[in-house]
Amino acid sequence: MKNTIAAALAAFGLLTGAAGAADLRICVEGAYPPFSETTPSGELKGFDIDIAKALCDEMGKTCELVKTEWDGIIPALLERKCDAIIASMSITPERQKVIDFSDKYYNTPARFVARKGANIEFTPEGLKGKVVGVQRGTIHQDFMEGEFPGVELKLYGTQDEAYLDLAAGRVDALMADSVAIDDGFLKTEAGKDFEFVGPAYSVPKYHGEGAGIGVRKGDPMKDEWSKAIKRLRESGKYDEIMHKYFDYDIYGG
Amino acid sequence: MDIWLPLKHWDLFATGVWTTLVLTFLSVGAGFFIALPCALAIWRKSPGWRLAAGYAYVFRGTPLLVQTYLIYYGLAQFDFVRESWAWSILREAWWCALIAFSLNSGAYATEILRGAFQTTPRGELEAAAALGFTPRQITWLILLPSALRRAAPQYMNEIVFMLHGSVVASVITIQDILGAGRTLNAKYYVAYEGFVTAALLYMAITFALVGLFRLIERRYMRHLLPAREEAAAQGAHLGAPTIVG
Repeated sequence: MKNTIAAALAAFGLLTGAAGAADLRICVEGAYPPFSETTPSGELKGFDIDIAKALCDEMGKTCELVKTEWDGIIPALLERKCDAIIASMSITPERQKVIDFSDKYYNTPARFVARKGANIEFTPEGLKGKVVGVQRGTIHQDFMEGEFPGVELKLYGTQDEAYLDLAAGRVDALMADSVAIDDGFLKTEAGKDFEFVGPAYSVPKYHGEGAGIGVRKGDPMKDEWSKAIKRLRESGKYDEIMHKYFDYDIYGG
Repeated sequence: MDIWLPLKHWDLFATGVWTTLVLTFLSVGAGFFIALPCALAIWRKSPGWRLAAGYAYVFRGTPLLVQTYLIYYGLAQFDFVRESWAWSILREAWWCALIAFSLNSGAYATEILRGAFQTTPRGELEAAAALGFTPRQITWLILLPSALRRAAPQYMNEIVFMLHGSVVASVITIQDILGAGRTLNAKYYVAYEGFVTAALLYMAITFALVGLFRLIERRYMRHLLPAREEAAAQGAHLGAPTIVG
């Protein structure tokens, strides 16, 4: 009997893989192009992914990337399913109540996207009665709830699903990160009839100070990550990765 | 675990419970009306029975999540769907969920009812025919009352499955009970509060349903109860009209 249990445990250990083999486990999302996406063959790629790998190299640590649902990503960190979040997560006061952040590794504004010629006025009054899609649990949801209270919000699990519904015409507009919209949607075949509308938003109360690396409260690794980002910026490796994805600067001022 | 968090957002969950209940009961109801003709056709091998059997086979053979995705995201890919009158319905996540759930529930119900028809004692039907009942009368007065009673326990199980299956609605933007839980979790960056609340609500609804089913069974299936319970049931329903088969 004991042997059976031991064998079962060993088999379970094999199945759950080499958890603990890597120095750090990093939660990434995998459905947020061009920052993080999953290729048809199941590989992870994108700006976040490359930055994560470069930072790990910079610190001389081995890292394992753990693909995690966006709306469960902070709980996953807190439950020690991973040791850091590198998933384009904005540093906001609300999130800082729960976790700590490294310095930012990029900062881009948020914008609306709608069908070309939609002729909607992007003010709280003009959007009344319209349907706007956002990803659940993002700064964009908080921003819309705070600044556009009369708008009907549709909440999506991933940004990709939100794009599908915008293309299908189920929502009048989406509110999301401008770079994500540009590369993940507007530059693709599905996004050819759509365009940015309204101003670029960067309200510190909602949008924070850019995307940082999330760690558990009091984790000393926080400063390690910040230092590694700084070194990556100085060595030119950051620009190299950035230009792989963008022809403009996303680090922000 | 902060128990005040769900209480603070009780309105979110109240809307969720309402959405889940309406979606579940409408789907089961619509499913029944899809299943009845399908099951009759299959049992009698009437024209088109293969079509009905094919429908039941396909919808029982694929997961509800996949069916819902295909109807919600899949159909929306086609321009001709988006330009047709059907788009005013398919545009709404709520209708897509209702259609997918009804078709799914209907497929399971078809199999349940077909099984119940098949186990109808031949004698019941032959006796009715010998007494000069028309085929229509035999169906409505003999076959259905008898078969539906036999199908009831399984059918009630199907309703509970549909209730639990309805969580799929939350992946196509519908704020059902699970959707409310996810929203709460996402808002406060927590893992348990929303899910535990959702689980408790589903459990409460399931127990309420099971209790309701028990009452229905006592009422309509008294003839199948053991003698002692029958006496108790009769006591409870003293004066109620007798519909014992």
